[in-house]
Amino acid sequence: MKAFDLHRKLERHSGLLIFGILFVSAIGGLVQVLPTVLDARLVTPAPTALPYDPVALTGRDIYIRESCGTCHSQQVRPLLAEVRRYGPFSKAEEFAFDRPFLWGSKRTGPDLHRIAGKYSDAWHRIHLLNPRAVVPDSIMPAYPWLAERPADSGKNIQAKMRALRRLGHPYTDADIEAAPGALQGLTEVDALVAYLQGLGMPGPGGAP
Amino acid sequence: MKLNGEQYHDRVTAWLTGFAIFWSLLGMASGVYVAAELVWPTIDFGHEWLSYGRLRNLHTNTVIFGFGISALMATAFYSVQRTCHVPLFAPRLAWFCALGWQAGMLGGGISLLAGWNGGKEYAELEWPFDIAIAVIWISFAIVFFGTIAKRRIQPIYVSNWFYGALIIVVAMLHIVNSLAIPVTWSKSYSLFAGTQDAVVQWWYGHNAVGFLLTGGFLGMLYYFLPKHADRPIWSYRLSIIAFWAFTYSYIWAGPHHLHYNAVPEWVQSLGMVMSLVLLAPSWATLVNGVMTVAGAWEKLRTDPALKFIVLSLAFYGLATFEGPMMAIKSVNVVSHFTDWTIGHVHSGALGWNALITFGTFYFLLPRLVGAELYSTRLANWHFWLALAGVMLYVLAMWGAGVSQGLLWLSLDEIGELSYSFKDIMASMKPYYALRMVAGFTFFAGAVLMAFNLWMTAKGRRIVCIAPPPPVREGA
Ligand code: HEC
Ligand code: HEM
Repeated sequence: MKAFDLHRKLERHSGLLIFGILFVSAIGGLVQVLPTVLDARLVTPAPTALPYDPVALTGRDIYIRESCGTCHSQQVRPLLAEVRRYGPFSKAEEFAFDRPFLWGSKRTGPDLHRIAGKYSDAWHRIHLLNPRAVVPDSIMPAYPWLAERPADSGKNIQAKMRALRRLGHPYTDADIEAAPGALQGLTEVDALVAYLQGLGMPGPGGAP
Repeated sequence: MKLNGEQYHDRVTAWLTGFAIFWSLLGMASGVYVAAELVWPTIDFGHEWLSYGRLRNLHTNTVIFGFGISALMATAFYSVQRTCHVPLFAPRLAWFCALGWQAGMLGGGISLLAGWNGGKEYAELEWPFDIAIAVIWISFAIVFFGTIAKRRIQPIYVSNWFYGALIIVVAMLHIVNSLAIPVTWSKSYSLFAGTQDAVVQWWYGHNAVGFLLTGGFLGMLYYFLPKHADRPIWSYRLSIIAFWAFTYSYIWAGPHHLHYNAVPEWVQSLGMVMSLVLLAPSWATLVNGVMTVAGAWEKLRTDPALKFIVLSLAFYGLATFEGPMMAIKSVNVVSHFTDWTIGHVHSGALGWNALITFGTFYFLLPRLVGAELYSTRLANWHFWLALAGVMLYVLAMWGAGVSQGLLWLSLDEIGELSYSFKDIMASMKPYYALRMVAGFTFFAGAVLMAFNLWMTAKGRRIVCIAPPPPVREGA
């Protein structure tokens, strides 16, 4: 058979084999992933959306550091029960400022994409520092250290905003100038709560 | 190392085997610990390094990259020399690759506990480690393909295609998915945002599973199973078809991780269809494997190592059937975000990856040191602990996952939610407790193996083996 003759060549030339594997395995990515990455509509923010302000950005990076996303998704699927439980389903335009995306793959805890405004700041603070103080059966970990650390302990908020500006996030010089001031006196838990209270809302980071 | 004449470089394999066992113990111990944290959430004692999120990252990274890759490097180096009839190309580079990987994993593991986190699943390590990984990976490629290039037998054996695909495809995925702008040593921002980032990530994530945990380990299977059963591969043609179909179709399947998420419909549908197609090459390999052992069944009674490998094939079959089913959108609606996924992952990870590696190590290590296995009895004990552990683990997670999926979606007659999230969460406790016990059982078996292999190797030297004299290719 012809195909097997071709294969006799491939399996006798290491260079051809390498090239063959690279070629065959690249096709899927070129046809499926590349067009997605080139489709600007998928990352065009909603007209009302703003990039994360310094406090929410700091909170988001704490969320990443603590891997909250291993237990929480940020993606409401367009299913009746899900919309009932969490709120309007998630749309691509809401994630244009999310680097990386935090949709998650496991709901040990509930989805958080529409968490904004569901609880007071005070509730979140108590809950984050000790979930069992407000939800007795909760299996969520406690994060006591968040209350002890200043939000800007890394002193790198301006570097972060500049990096994001290079990636196209519309921060002005004035925004960057003012950032350390905005974090002044806040702890990490304050920043995280600010992030949660803006999730899935119009405005910072947000939805239409 | 240098005597008169050529010798296979097997010391690097022996060391990598040892490292792989170390990572498997550490990885499973941290797995059992995070499993226990879901039963008793306060056992992190308020300490950030023991906190669930960070420890879970340590778990996934140590088992996949510490244990999995070290085992694949060990067996790739071992088998490529024997299938090419030449010693390793650039043996010093092979040591750099082996030891560099361990250093990277050690530093990487500590960085994960310290909270360095890129934020993408299975790609949590931050950019300094991403660069180190890329460099070490290239050295792996040079050693591996260099050895193939100087081979003395013409056809490149099947196992080498799979190891080759592992090296090439993982390099491609890793480099693209890790593209980021660094801010500090411990922080970077992904070059991709939102939906695009999600599609790139699951192209990476799914195929890291595909080409590492499936393809890489198929390389191990294609070399060690025939050796072990002392029979040739049942059908060479089938292995050719299965290999290319696998390499082509796996890449498309990533979006089944994003069903009903905010990604274009056509991407989801394509991901679903290609996931179903994937069943064919996966099972072609299964048939090939099973037919290869058929006829050597009598060995199963006496050889614990072969038992592990045959059982791993059964779990391979199960997981590669379950995966495509879970990729069907109407099934995925229930399974996505639940413990069903965790059950699926571990039926593959424990049942397939860990078992085939254990079987291979029981075969390999005695040969490396030229001795009998210290205790067949202990190995048999390990077999039953492993089987019990993985079965209970998967059952517990099926139970937990299917109930979560159905209860979350359940609405009453007036269209209101039937159950609150918290009630469903609270009902998971028995399943999580069972999973913890199951994981501990599996881990205990691995401890027996570590002891058994240690006693086998203790005080012995690696035997020197020379390649067979060159043969003329004829006929
Ligand atoms: C081990 C898994 C786990 C981790 C890690 C985790 N959570 Fe949770 N989370 C839960 C569970 C379970 C619940 C539901 C019970 C409760 O409210 O405490 C929950 C509830 C919540 C809620 C309330 C949601 C609602 O709709 O009632 C918020 C907000 C939250 N978590 C935020 C976080 C943040 C922020 C982090 C990271 C710092 C985090 N969680 C880490 C498991 C986790
Ligand atoms: C022996 C004992 C093991 C135990 C107790 C264990 C336990 C766990 C737990 C509790 C989680 C988190 C589940 C969740 O999010 O709810 C997890 C995740 C994971 N484990 Fe294990 N594990 C074990 C072995 C392994 C091995 C050997 C591998 C791989 C070879 C592995 C691969 C993974 C992966 C890939 C995930 C992430 C799954 C996902 O996000 O979908 N585990 N494990």
